[in-house]
Amino acid sequence: MDLSTFWFLAIAFLFVGYFVLEGFDFGVGVLMRTFARDDAERRQLLGTIGPVWDGNEVWLITGAGAMFAAFPHWYASVFSGFYLPMLFILLALIVRGVAFEFRGKREDAAWRARWDWAILCGSLLPALLWGLIFANIVRGVPLAADHDYTGGLVDLLNPFALLGAATFGAVFVWHGAVFVALKTTGEVRDRSNRLASRFGPVAVALLLGFLAWLVVDLSRDAVTIGLGGAAALAAVAALATNRVRREGWAFAGTAAAIGLTVVALFAALHPAVLPSTGDPAGTLTIANAAASPYSLKVMTWVAVLFLPLVLLYQGWTYWVFRKRLAPVTR
Amino acid sequence: MDALDVARWQFGVTTVYHFLFVPLTIGLGPLVATLQTLWHRTGNPRYLRLTHFYGKLFLINFAMGVVTGIVQEFQFGMNWSDYSRFVGDVFGAPLAMEALLAFFLESTFLGLWIFGWEKLPKRIHLATIWTAALGSVLSMFFILAANSWMQNPVGFKMNPDTGRPELTDIWAVLTNKVALITFPHTLFAAFVVAGSLLVAVSLWHMVRRPDADSSEHRFALKLGAWVTMVASAGLVFTGDIQGKIMTEVQPMKMAAAEALYHSEQPASFSVLTIGTLDGSREVFTIKLPYLLSFLATGNPKGAVEGINDLQARYAAEYGPGSYSPIVPVTYWSFRVMITLGLAAAAIALLVLWSQRRGRTPSNRWLLRAGLILPLLPLGASTAGWIFTEMGRQPWIVFGELLTRNGVSRSVSLAEVLTSFLAFTLIYAVLAVIEGKLLFRYARAGLPPPKPVRDEASDEADDVPALAY
Ligand code: HDD
Ligand code: HEM
Ligand code: HEM
Repeated sequence: MDLSTFWFLAIAFLFVGYFVLEGFDFGVGVLMRTFARDDAERRQLLGTIGPVWDGNEVWLITGAGAMFAAFPHWYASVFSGFYLPMLFILLALIVRGVAFEFRGKREDAAWRARWDWAILCGSLLPALLWGLIFANIVRGVPLAADHDYTGGLVDLLNPFALLGAATFGAVFVWHGAVFVALKTTGEVRDRSNRLASRFGPVAVALLLGFLAWLVVDLSRDAVTIGLGGAAALAAVAALATNRVRREGWAFAGTAAAIGLTVVALFAALHPAVLPSTGDPAGTLTIANAAASPYSLKVMTWVAVLFLPLVLLYQGWTYWVFRKRLAPVTR
Repeated sequence: MDALDVARWQFGVTTVYHFLFVPLTIGLGPLVATLQTLWHRTGNPRYLRLTHFYGKLFLINFAMGVVTGIVQEFQFGMNWSDYSRFVGDVFGAPLAMEALLAFFLESTFLGLWIFGWEKLPKRIHLATIWTAALGSVLSMFFILAANSWMQNPVGFKMNPDTGRPELTDIWAVLTNKVALITFPHTLFAAFVVAGSLLVAVSLWHMVRRPDADSSEHRFALKLGAWVTMVASAGLVFTGDIQGKIMTEVQPMKMAAAEALYHSEQPASFSVLTIGTLDGSREVFTIKLPYLLSFLATGNPKGAVEGINDLQARYAAEYGPGSYSPIVPVTYWSFRVMITLGLAAAAIALLVLWSQRRGRTPSNRWLLRAGLILPLLPLGASTAGWIFTEMGRQPWIVFGELLTRNGVSRSVSLAEVLTSFLAFTLIYAVLAVIEGKLLFRYARAGLPPPKPVRDEASDEADDVPALAY
């Protein structure tokens, strides 16, 4: 395997990590305003993601950094091409990040309600927009021969991308509900389990539609079909295990469904990284977007040495905070 | 006004804003860790209360550093895509290393520190804050290495087919002499900011609430004042070396810092010049003979090149065009940096002196100066960065790529304007909220003493007390 393929896989891995992990904290962020009934419940929900959300977000920062270093052209075209969606993701992540930190800093219901709205929008918007962006990356966008984006905002709002947005949004909310059921005790646990049972089928239906569109219309190779099929199975298994209240299995199921879906998207892309629907010469591939072999070699050493370490201590964090959270009493 | 100008303004505004929070994160992290270590060693609850108190201020500030940092990373691709294409091969590596080695460390271990108070054994819990602090210092090193490469590109060769630089030696990039000196200079700046915060907060409490926790605040005040003074000395020392290296790799920046148009030997340092900074007319000026020669070269008789000579040399080397930055900006930002920094050190010294042998400072002017103390090093840092970055212009990568050739061509003026206005607006709102919150918590004073259990043993966990 050459190093540019390795880095394509590494970036896929980083985005799998990002969506599986931040996926549930996006979901919990949405539920804080819509599902939790009072401040005590909101704090219980917030407590489930408090220690980990920032670490989860770093998966994105690392993924984007790896794109920059390993495929500079890909990074440049994607971030400048998807200008407005990226802008709104940034704004959303800003208000969300400070909202987590600030909401509990004053004993004032109006203050808290305002930050809860910020958390809701700041969690839902990026979920939708990442769906929109990744669907468009796989589908291809109009590029000029020098790889610059030539389309406008409307080009990004095609039906497949909109379905992608809805799918990411719904699946993350479902993933979040399953996570809350796994991480809490008491009434919140029961209710979020029921919510996951009721809302899960909607998310799964969207996911199946999205995967079907992907393999029928965009990529019919065996690997994509296999991965898409596995993602669908994992989603259905998550529904079933959630119904019988096997919360750990249900969470493994939603996590696997998300991870496999992301891998399927990357498989459908390969060997392109950003197909052009305009000038065919504009298409960016693993070969023409990559950094020089020496850079990739340096980066590979860094990743091989340090990524396992990161996995180790992040894993340890989840272990330290493994206990369920009881309802807040104060 | 075109997209280039707006993109530059956006970069300047968002980066300066990011760097208002970053020094406090970098400097306060180790100080909070030190306080916690003292508690760990002595078991004296006053250190624990100080840890909680400054820990809270640290966290309120940290959140802003995080959210404004992501903007920085995305912005390279969004507004500066041609720059990203050009430098990605070299510049991307330290940036990716920063995320992988530093940000993961920092965010994960800070999460453990905030929420781990009663879950982790004390010793391990103490290690988490030190690890998080190490993460911020590492992150600073990598980002500064990336920035230093833009000031003094090393460790690469040009690929004649693509016209892009390709990395040939990562070690050279990480041990770039500009990076090695920028790192301690910026680190000292961070400690001056953090030390000043301790001075200001504890001074306020000592004066306004002389009966409450006076020994705690007195201790924090001393710690802060000493940190401020020692780090200020470090700043002068490293700044001096930095000036010499800068003269070597970017002589134009030094000439512009001094508004020195004609080469001089020996050169004198202009303390203050009133008149036109384009060198055509001087109304009033104070000069210290030989000082500039010494600052720039280490030799009081050394020659310092002037803007006009450098301009002629660069035009011959790189083709026609102007190669000097905006001189009034570099001239004044350099002086503002030094003046504010020296003023901060002086105030810290006076405050320390005024409370010797248990006295309470009472001079009204000194009190006022002590309370605004943190603003001085923040201003100095901002000025220092404006000097560094604007002094590099018109280059974005010195000698290799002009700023105007780095901007995204596919992004319209309307789009950049939207993002510029959106960030500026949201940053302004957040600045107000953040400022109020910091004040509120700083004024609230130390939390009541509270015993800490070693490890929780119940079946399910409460939501931890310190956080959120
Ligand atoms: C509290 C803040 C502070 C203080 C008191 C000083 N500096 Fe500074 N300086 C910075 C904070 C700073 C900074 C913001 O951290 C910069 C921006 C880039 C960098 O490396 O550090 C900087 C940059 C910077 C540069 C530009 C480096 C370059 O562009 O390559 C020089 C030459 C100096 N400093 C020199 C000095 C001298 C001679 C000082 C005192 C006598 C001094 N600084 C005090
Ligand atoms: C270490 C990482 C940094 C990198 C990689 C970096 C990179 C850049 C880039 C690419 C520009 C080009 C835009 C332009 O020329 O207008 C720029 C400009 C600028 N940067 Fe930095 N910068 C860094 C740190 C900082 C910091 C910490 C500050 C201040 C707090 C800062 C302040 C500025 C300012 C004020 C400009 C605008 C200059 C102008 O408009 O002429 N930079 N920087
Ligand atoms: C212009 C270039 C810069 C970029 C691309 C950048 C990127 C980032 C990012 C992505 C974060 C968020 C990390 C997180 O979520 O945990 C962040 C935070 C931070 N940055 Fe910057 N930064 C820049 C300039 C600087 C400079 C010049 C310094 C120090 C000298 C610095 C030091 C820090 C620190 C200490 C934090 C604290 C929060 C954290 O690391 O989590 N940054 N930066």
